[in-house]
Amino acid sequence: MDVKSSIEQSMSFPGEVHQSPTGGILLSRIDDVINWARSNSLWPLVFGTSCCAIEMMSTASAKYDWSRFGFEVARATPRQADVIIIAGTIVNKIAPVLKRLYDQMADPKYVIAMGACATSGGPFFYNTYSVVKGADHIIPVDVYIAGCPPRPEALIHAMITLQEKIKSGLTREQIRMPKPELISL
Amino acid sequence: MKLSNDSVKEKLIKKFGEQVSCFQEPYGMLTFETPKEINLKVLSFLFDDETLKFTFLTAICAVHYPDKKDKELAVVYHLHSLTANLRIRFKVFTAIEKPDVFTATGIFSSANWMERETFDFYGVNFIGHPNLKRILNVDEMDYFPMRKEFPLEDQTRIDKDDEMFGRG
Ligand code: SF4
Repeated sequence: MDVKSSIEQSMSFPGEVHQSPTGGILLSRIDDVINWARSNSLWPLVFGTSCCAIEMMSTASAKYDWSRFGFEVARATPRQADVIIIAGTIVNKIAPVLKRLYDQMADPKYVIAMGACATSGGPFFYNTYSVVKGADHIIPVDVYIAGCPPRPEALIHAMITLQEKIKSGLTREQIRMPKPELISL
Repeated sequence: MKLSNDSVKEKLIKKFGEQVSCFQEPYGMLTFETPKEINLKVLSFLFDDETLKFTFLTAICAVHYPDKKDKELAVVYHLHSLTANLRIRFKVFTAIEKPDVFTATGIFSSANWMERETFDFYGVNFIGHPNLKRILNVDEMDYFPMRKEFPLEDQTRIDKDDEMFGRG
C-alpha cells in the first residue's frame, strides 16, 4: 500500500454506519474510537538536542506543517505531552534528563527516535567518549527514522507510522495494558 | 598611533625582557610564549596598559604535545583589544605530571567557564579557580578525553578503507 492511500484509509473513522429511517446507528469498538482519537491529537514535547532539531522545527513550520496530522500543539512541559521526538545526539550527561522527562510524561506516551544519533549513536558511534549509542538504551522507542538528518518528509512519515501503530493497538504502552473486554453496543 | 603587532611586541619586550619569547605571526596574528609563572603578570599588563587595553579574552584552550618533555601541555590565551581591534595569542607550557597554571578568573570573569572546559578535556589544574569541576562531561569521568593517549580513531577500523568504496 502506498503512503497516500494508507493515510486516506487511516484517516477514516473506525466503524460502520447502519442507515435507519430516523438517521443512522454507528457501530464500533470503544477501543478503536479511543485509539483513533488519540492518534489524531498527539502533542509532541519540545525536545531537540542538536542538528536534527532544525529539521524538526522545519517540519513544524509553514512549509511542511505537521499540524495537518494533528501534531501542532508542541508542549514545553512533559506533563502535557504525548510523544517525545528525540531529535539529536544523546550524550551521557543528557541521558538522565531524557529518562526523567520520559518518566514525567503521562500515559499513554510514545517515543520517536529521529536520526542516526538517536537510533544508534550515528556519526559518533566509533571512538566516542560521551555519546550514548542509541536512545533505546535509556527509554523504549516506538518508531525509528534513518538519516542524518532525516528530511521533514521522513519525520512526517514516521509520525504517520506512529499513528497507524496506535490505531492498530501495537505500541508498547498498548501491549502492556491488559486488553479490556470487547464492548458490544 | 595605530597599534600594530610590532608595537605590541616592542612594549612586551620592554616590560618583560627575556621572559617573552618565540614571537611569530602565523596568518598575521602575533603569537608568543611566556613561562607559566608570569602568565597573570602578562595578562594584567596587556589589560591595564593605556594604549594596549586587551580587555576581551576571546578563548582559552589547551594543546597536548606528548613529545615535548616537561612541556607536554600548552595553555593558549586569545586576547582582543577592542579599542585597537587587534588580536593576539600567547602560550604557557606546563609539565603533564604537575599541570598547575594560575587562574585568570581574577582578571577576566569569562575565564571561569573556559578554564573549566580546559580542565575538563586536558586536566589543566588552574590554581585559585573558584569552582574547578567538569563542565561538559559527566562528573564521574575519570580521564581527560582530549589528551593524545586516546586515539582519534580506532586503528583496527576497516569500514573506512578505500576498498569499501570500490576504489582500493
Ligand atoms: S543524526 Fe546527524 S543531523 Fe541528526 S543529530 Fe545526529 S549528527 Fe545531527
